[in-house]
Amino acid sequence: MKTLIIAEHDGQNLKGATLSAVTAATKLGGAVDVLLAGASVAGIATQAAAVSGVDRVLTVEDAALEHTLAEFVAPVAQQLAGDYTHVILGASTFGKDIAPRVAALCGVNQISEVIEVVDADTFKRPIYAGNAIATVKSNDSLKVMTVRGTAFAAADTGGSAAIEAASATVPAAKVRFVGAEVSESDRPELESAGIVVSGGRGVGSKEDFAKVFELADKLGAAVGASRAAVDSGFVPNDMQVGQTGKMVAPKLYIAVGISGAIQHLAGMKDSATIVAINKDEEAPIFNIADYGLVGDLHDILPELVSKV
Amino acid sequence: MKALVAVKRVIDYNVKVRVKADNTDVDLANTKMSINPFCEIAVEEAVRLKEAGVVSEIVVVSIGDKSCQEQMRYAMALGADRGIQVEAEGKVNSLDVARILAKVNESENADILLLGKQAIDSDNNQTGQMLAALLDVPQATFASEVKIADGKAQVTREVDGGLVTVEMDLPALVTTDLRLNEPRFAALPKIMQAKRKPLEVKTVADLGVELTNSIELLSVETPAERSGGIKVDSVDALIDKLRNEAQVI
Repeated sequence: MKTLIIAEHDGQNLKGATLSAVTAATKLGGAVDVLLAGASVAGIATQAAAVSGVDRVLTVEDAALEHTLAEFVAPVAQQLAGDYTHVILGASTFGKDIAPRVAALCGVNQISEVIEVVDADTFKRPIYAGNAIATVKSNDSLKVMTVRGTAFAAADTGGSAAIEAASATVPAAKVRFVGAEVSESDRPELESAGIVVSGGRGVGSKEDFAKVFELADKLGAAVGASRAAVDSGFVPNDMQVGQTGKMVAPKLYIAVGISGAIQHLAGMKDSATIVAINKDEEAPIFNIADYGLVGDLHDILPELVSKV
Repeated sequence: MKALVAVKRVIDYNVKVRVKADNTDVDLANTKMSINPFCEIAVEEAVRLKEAGVVSEIVVVSIGDKSCQEQMRYAMALGADRGIQVEAEGKVNSLDVARILAKVNESENADILLLGKQAIDSDNNQTGQMLAALLDVPQATFASEVKIADGKAQVTREVDGGLVTVEMDLPALVTTDLRLNEPRFAALPKIMQAKRKPLEVKTVADLGVELTNSIELLSVETPAERSGGIKVDSVDALIDKLRNEAQVI
């Protein structure tokens, strides 16, 4: 048993999804190596080497790897994958972009969004927007998989892995990075925040969403949204919590003006404590909320902000 | 310029699935089936590219038994020009789907391949990326904007933390995210016209593809239900519960 983790980073820091991947790998047992592909990764390699459970950090540096595009990263991973039984990535947009391309290059299938490792070949994963949990067995010699961050806690630091340069060639590809628009925010990252405040269509407008942000800032929380709020143009899509958006499992999730569509519940039902604020007392969100408050959010939110 | 769009027949997104009593799978008997919403967005994008004069022909491909022709006809009602159904029984895993589509594209040589980012039944989010790998073409996943000019596709992708824009030489593959477009409704005359559009049926064997079936579905369970809690009657009561009972603030 030997696992290769394809690390996600932004050129400066290792991303949280990779720490969850390390935890999933340690559940398999065996050696755990981390592939760090980028333009210049010395600093990140030190971070990866300090993650508990990692045996080796393999670095591949090339200017073409700067923006970690799948067309460059996947062939590098494929060249190294021959030594491993498992290749694991976090189920972030980075992992979802790259893992299937690695699997196809290796001629194997891929297992997406694993939430439980049953044994080395068998895994549990949600299907149908989380309305069913499938147990699947892979008969491929190499298992390429993505793991859901909410199901595997981030690995701690305290490790002291060896850092080695790996030899892999980066092929040419007919793709160029044009630019990125990073959502600037002082708030915590949605997927790793301890508290998340989410707004739905009931918030009413883009302007009224300011009340949701205000409560989040008072609590030091990240801000999420339902698909309905995103579709209504209140907030950008990267704030969407749900089956087609982000999966979160904070200690406190406050759903404001969210009715509780199945697709939204799939993204937050693993939260430790759920609060629902909605004027419709029949809203399905109350069926899963630990604490429900029926009323007009436009009155409740300012009162909450002033009192917490 | 030719566009190839793959579509999948799935449970309608408004239907709540039930797990079979014997836990072998979900129960799809007598369930409303539809085109996968992300595939529908892919069809719509191809139609818009055709209306803009960028694409001249749209080929829609689906893999499955005869019933998937219903979704192919729907794609044709939206504006696809012709269809290729690859006859296959039961579940076909993502790698096999990608291999079949790669084989279909061998004779089609599409300039732009459009697929949904994921199907809402298996929730895999794999086929597009696998197909791009097999064809050795660039991929732009989670697309929210597609611009094609001068043999290049500029695509904005919705990624964690924001947007990334890439430029790809054609041929290239795009997988669609929710906000790429809002698919139109198929008008009745278009639905009638679609019935007369060419639809070719091939088998997996015709294409020379041998299915791997390397992923076995062992069982399907209903997830643990979360039970509801209590209703509080005021903001003060809520704060008290969160502070003293749940101890989360």
